[in-house]
Amino acid sequence: MTPETPHGLSFGHVLPPEDRAAGSKGTIRVLQLYPRDMNIYGDWGNALVLAQRLRWHGYTPELLEYNVGDQFPADVDLIVGGGGQDSGQLVIQDDLLSRESVLKGLAEDGTPMLVICGLYQLFGKFFKTRLGSVIPGIGILDVETHGTDERLIGNVTVSSPEFGNILGYENHSGQTTLGPGVKPLGTTAKGTGNNSNDGQEGARYRNIVASYLHGSLLPKNPALADFLIRTAVERKYGTFEPGTPDDSYAVLAREHAARRPR
Amino acid sequence: MFYFSVPLGKLVRRVSRLRGGGSALPGLVVEKIDPGFMQRTLSTLPLGVAVVSGTNGKTTTTKMVVELLESQGLKVFTNRTGSNFTRGVAAALLGEVDWRGRLDADVAVLELDEAHAVHFVNKVPPRYSLLLNVLRDQLDRFGEIDKTAELLQHIAAKTTGTVVLNREDPRVARIAGTVNGPEVLYFGLDDSLLSTFPNDDDMRAAPGSPVPAAPARPAADVVLRRVGADDADFEYDGATVTTAMLLRGVYNIFNAAAALTLARAISKARGTGADQAGLLAALSKVAPAFGRGESLVVDGLPLELVLVKNPSGFRLGLKSFPAAGYATMIAINDNYADGRDMSWLWDVEFDTLRDGGVDQLTGSRAYDMALRLQYDDVAIGAVDTDIAPALAAFIRGAEGKPKRIFCTYTAMLAIRRELSKITTVEVVS
Repeated sequence: MTPETPHGLSFGHVLPPEDRAAGSKGTIRVLQLYPRDMNIYGDWGNALVLAQRLRWHGYTPELLEYNVGDQFPADVDLIVGGGGQDSGQLVIQDDLLSRESVLKGLAEDGTPMLVICGLYQLFGKFFKTRLGSVIPGIGILDVETHGTDERLIGNVTVSSPEFGNILGYENHSGQTTLGPGVKPLGTTAKGTGNNSNDGQEGARYRNIVASYLHGSLLPKNPALADFLIRTAVERKYGTFEPGTPDDSYAVLAREHAARRPR
Repeated sequence: MFYFSVPLGKLVRRVSRLRGGGSALPGLVVEKIDPGFMQRTLSTLPLGVAVVSGTNGKTTTTKMVVELLESQGLKVFTNRTGSNFTRGVAAALLGEVDWRGRLDADVAVLELDEAHAVHFVNKVPPRYSLLLNVLRDQLDRFGEIDKTAELLQHIAAKTTGTVVLNREDPRVARIAGTVNGPEVLYFGLDDSLLSTFPNDDDMRAAPGSPVPAAPARPAADVVLRRVGADDADFEYDGATVTTAMLLRGVYNIFNAAAALTLARAISKARGTGADQAGLLAALSKVAPAFGRGESLVVDGLPLELVLVKNPSGFRLGLKSFPAAGYATMIAINDNYADGRDMSWLWDVEFDTLRDGGVDQLTGSRAYDMALRLQYDDVAIGAVDTDIAPALAAFIRGAEGKPKRIFCTYTAMLAIRRELSKITTVEVVS
């Protein structure tokens, strides 16, 4: 990938310089996709958790954002994208298609990514609305989504072979079906997940984690956050030397969330 | 049927009151046996019906409009019981009409929940509507905030006289372009106050990221120019007036601009115009509605309850009530009335609590709150999901200090109940 500019004015939020003080094990550049239009369900929480946990592991986070019309930043190590309303998806749609090749390149190359809800759908092949119009996705994930009248809302517990139990909250009317090119993130123990038929939730492909769960997702699921961090660090520096974040509140928040009704 | 429905409904109301029952049953009865009761009764009002709706501040704003209109000598019917569904309006009407079904009032000012307002305005097209805001606190109910905006747009479409809109909420201001016929009036904010009201769209990009330039805004009937510790400046008719305010919190005072705009429009329709001095005197005396930002006295020291329902409200609460000198507790429940989805906690920044930390966390989602504070580097005293012991520990531990509790709706109800058990509660405002 050819670098465009390292810091365009409109995406250049960088954490304070003291974070780059001596002693850091390295810098990880985390890119938020479309935070202005796709941030409806506390998606900022995922970016914040990645930044803080990178610090707790002894690395320096550099938070970047990419909004419609911005130049795409170079040397991105980790990507997060969130959910939007239908109107937000309309706003970003053309811009996202124009970034198809760069995002596909990063994905195939193994860049860790977390895409939630709206961006999960648009990372797939298409979204077909209830009225039959087809919104093309960028096809990184072998999934398709169909709009429905039914809104799937409530607390969710997913059982994942890679990450153990994943806790979150879902709120979507698009129903997603996985093709053979991706695996599910897990199966739902509580809640609906991808669609009301097959009990699957989310999708896994290379180092991409796609999910309908917010809440935000990463705070209560540190294993997932650390998977993204470890992958990003290992790709950049060869090895990951973890720190010792205190996850006792996360453990308790998970226990209490799991006991809440659907 | 017509002749029996009112006496029968009133009878049901009396019986259900005696049994300590809710306010909606008699409304249900009268709706069933006499579906035309509500529109027939309300259509007799000389100044018609005004509907107040929006995500936040309906109850206090409705109370303000009522008190402002009463200061103008008008008789106002309102759904004071806080039952903001159609059935609640019918029930409240039964309490006010005489045995022959006549309502002695000049105008009705009704607080209506967004979804129920749609049903109501289909039955009773209002002469006035006041649309406050569309915020993300009910996503688990309505799915999307654009959906909520559509509900408000429908209220505006059914309004026959004047639609009053929040100029600073893009989803509400946009409704102006869709109404055809009724007069549109705005209430607005001074530029210097705009940043204290983050709207839902620019709430959460990364901190410090540039917000797109605001488009030119239409002129507003009433503009809130300044908010002081216990007073505020409003501009209307080309002049700025300063008035004392009992209400706390920038958002409440902004809603005072909304109430002034509606009260002025209704007074104008009466032909005599508004008595400005009377309006301001009434405004300065409005106290918050039950459970919405109250100041109590516990053991001789102030205890403030700040209701937080969504990220904008929590942000404003943190901004309006500086933490210094106060002991702080946060109580987060996730019952239906609070909103089941906890995502919104991640759209609030808690850095203003970093200096003093938070003494106590409670509520069914206390540990979600703890996790949120941990990621903002805010120190936490104790966590107990059970509200009663948490509150007792908080009051014990904060002896000699004024206290503040940020709480969701059902947590606030529980806290009030507990407070009345452990101490004498004196309501200040």
